[in-house]
Amino acid sequence: MIRITTVILIGIVLSGCSSNWGWYVVDPTKASGWVNLKFLLSGMYYTILLSLTAILISVVVGLLVALPGLSDKPFLRRLNQVYVEIVRAVPILVLILWVYYGLPQVTGLTIGVFWAGVIALALSDSAFQAEIFRAGIQSINRGQYEAAHSISLNYVDTMRFVILPQAIRRILPALGNQLVYMLKMSSLVSVIGMSELTRKANELVVSEYRPLEIYTILVLEYLVIILLVSAGVRWLERRLNANEHN
Amino acid sequence: MTQAQNGNPVISIQKVSKFFGAFQALKDTSLNVKSGERVVICGPSGSGKSTLIRCINRLEKHNAGKIILNGVDLGDNKESMEAIRTNVGMVFQQFNLFPHLSVLDNLTLGPVRSRKIPMEDARKLAMKFLERVRIPDQAHKYPAQLSGGQQQRVAIARTLCMEPKIILFDEPTSALDPEMINEVLDVMVELAGTGMTMLCVTHEMGFARKVADTMVFMDHGEIVEISPPEKFFKEPDSQRCRDFLNQILQH
Ligand SMILES: Nc1ncnc2c1ncn2[C@@H]1O[C@H](COP(=O)(O)OP(=O)(O)OP(=O)(O)O)[C@@H](O)[C@H]1O
Ligand SMILES: [Mg+2]
Repeated sequence: MIRITTVILIGIVLSGCSSNWGWYVVDPTKASGWVNLKFLLSGMYYTILLSLTAILISVVVGLLVALPGLSDKPFLRRLNQVYVEIVRAVPILVLILWVYYGLPQVTGLTIGVFWAGVIALALSDSAFQAEIFRAGIQSINRGQYEAAHSISLNYVDTMRFVILPQAIRRILPALGNQLVYMLKMSSLVSVIGMSELTRKANELVVSEYRPLEIYTILVLEYLVIILLVSAGVRWLERRLNANEHN
Repeated sequence: MTQAQNGNPVISIQKVSKFFGAFQALKDTSLNVKSGERVVICGPSGSGKSTLIRCINRLEKHNAGKIILNGVDLGDNKESMEAIRTNVGMVFQQFNLFPHLSVLDNLTLGPVRSRKIPMEDARKLAMKFLERVRIPDQAHKYPAQLSGGQQQRVAIARTLCMEPKIILFDEPTSALDPEMINEVLDVMVELAGTGMTMLCVTHEMGFARKVADTMVFMDHGEIVEISPPEKFFKEPDSQRCRDFLNQILQH
């Protein structure tokens, strides 16, 4: 995987030697290129901060939405369904616009770009997180609940010490996917002026007129972050599973 | 046996019925168990043996009749939960150990979280019972690293750590390879010697003869026969019970 990516990247860079490319805009050995490159990379901070904050919130909300979905009371299950169906139906870009421009009119509170982005991304992702958690928790054997009952654990302790630790191990790959998805979707927050990677690239394209090189760098930036995240998730998976010695 | 003949019942099951949808798994079953009594329950598959003992710790909720546990009429309330917590433990066919926790953590979870015992004391308690089931050296392993027989003994130790007065066993040796059955039965025989009240669903008739004060035979959701083992194995009252015993004792 890493090897194939490297080959493709080298291919792109080498083809840059032809006259169509103008790598000077981001050439770190040239003063202006270095400034541009630093400008592009500076978006990294908000892309990562935005995505991590949003995923943290969406995991918590997702779990809270998943729990009624597992209830044996039809009303609570219905509540879970309605939430998931509605939130899932709204395109993320639309949600971002609505939260940023619409929500302040409803609530009377102005929200900064960052928090508007976080709310929209987290809200949208929480519907998927809820489904992931529900499936993960449902995959745990009934016997685990019965054993927890037989040592008189209450609902919260059963979830906290018995069910969730096992469910989270199982859904870790899916959570990793969601984080990757979140990192990519955070680029949409550029439309409301968040200075993350994509916004920075757009701004630089406007002043430098070198979309090919600048967007190539942008692609590489996302690629690097996401490959690192994937490696991190795999490492975590190995570590948690090693614990169980299965 | 002498002990079993005295005193009030610690469990009194009175005309209990249990429905799964339209299907009636228990039909007006009644059974009294005295403190220290060892009851072995047998019967064909689907006869309601598991359902009966699972009603005692409310893993199943009975639909009619009464279950009095240590004087408490079991229902959906705190008092019942408390009576179950302080009195009843259960050992399952599939062990149901917590796979993500070490043996020691499996054993201390209940005492620490539901009995509110300090971790240090819970550890000591756990080691004491691991010694009782003869695997103190496995305390830091994970369930998946143990044999089936060892896992079931850990499960018994986990139950003992709750220091219950009554233990329910639901076919504790049925999931085990034959060569591991005895190590678990030995632990149970030893436990029977401590005066523990035991309700044990099993088809291990050798074990039953050795420890049972009372034999119970169930069929189609009904208790067909309740008698002491001498009578039960020699001359049971019902034909159904005789047929059943002939069948399983052939093997
Ligand atoms: N959760 C349930 N939902 C529907 N039917 C059930 C449920 N649990 C048990 N039953 C039914 O109730 C009847 C009694 O089940 P139970 O498990 O008590 O039998 P058993 O005597 O323990 O049998 P076995 O020897 O196979 O364990 C069976 O016919 C079973 O199919
Ligand atoms: Mg059964």
